Amino acid sequence: MGSVTSIASLGRNGLYDWVVQRISAVVIAAYFLFLVFFLVMNPGLTYEQWVALFSSNWMQVFSTISLLMLLAHVWIGVWGVLTDYMTPRLMGSKANSMRLVVELVVFAVVLIVAVVGLSIFWSL
Amino acid sequence: MKISSVNGRPVNLDLNTIDLPITAYASITHRITGLVLCAAVLVLLWFLDKSLTSEADFTEVQKILSSMPIKALMFLFLAPFWYHLIAGIRHLIMDMGVGESLEGGRLGAKIVFIVSAVLIVFTGVWLWGA
Ligand code: HEM
Repeated sequence: MGSVTSIASLGRNGLYDWVVQRISAVVIAAYFLFLVFFLVMNPGLTYEQWVALFSSNWMQVFSTISLLMLLAHVWIGVWGVLTDYMTPRLMGSKANSMRLVVELVVFAVVLIVAVVGLSIFWSL
Repeated sequence: MKISSVNGRPVNLDLNTIDLPITAYASITHRITGLVLCAAVLVLLWFLDKSLTSEADFTEVQKILSSMPIKALMFLFLAPFWYHLIAGIRHLIMDMGVGESLEGGRLGAKIVFIVSAVLIVFTGVWLWGA
């Protein structure tokens, strides 16, 4: 296949990124809509109910999948934005090396959020 | 050093000189809301962590969330979320080949703005209790 491959893209190529972006969008939408629905339906929410929700096994799995999907979505999304604007045409000849630095920072934040998030979900 | 030509051909993408169609506004708004949501996720994760720590922390989060400035902050996160969601769904619909014509694109962009505006109003009503 002749599509563009980049070591900095998440998947093997742009098509793979495109598919991950779509699947992750649907999962994140489901997760957030579920939480909004839960909060709207439980106006007098108690701590016990809240912990019971997040410590149930299906919710731990749902939260984990959603978080990983969200981070993939964010990485692909931000990578796309950076490659659009941090270019030599817009930012001069140092743009490519500057973009690499910013990408590394974003990637580090993504990893940290993954660790922090998973420890929240699985320490309950 | 800015490049104003590529291979001897001029590049003119100075957006200030171009009159943007509604579809362009729909697109850039989707992008901006996506970036805002990145920040929102960090704050929400912090609130989630705290709210699950103990009964006292849970009550404190409830108190923080009901204070006026934080309510406004939550609104600033939920509003972009609705827009990004609705515009994202439009993406998925267009990926299936629906609404790809020029007119379809314009109509879709209008629908996205209207539907997310309605959801944003509902969210305000929910947060501030009409
Ligand atoms: C809080 C969660 C979310 C964050 C932080 C987020 C962030 C982003 C970012 C930064 C981009 C890149 C923007 C661009 O390239 O213009 C993006 C793109 C996208 N988002 Fe999200 N997003 C979130 C939730 C969602 C949801 C719920 C959907 C549901 C439909 C969605 C659908 C999309 C789609 C389809 C794209 C790709 C647009 C394209 O290919 O041009 N996102 N997102």
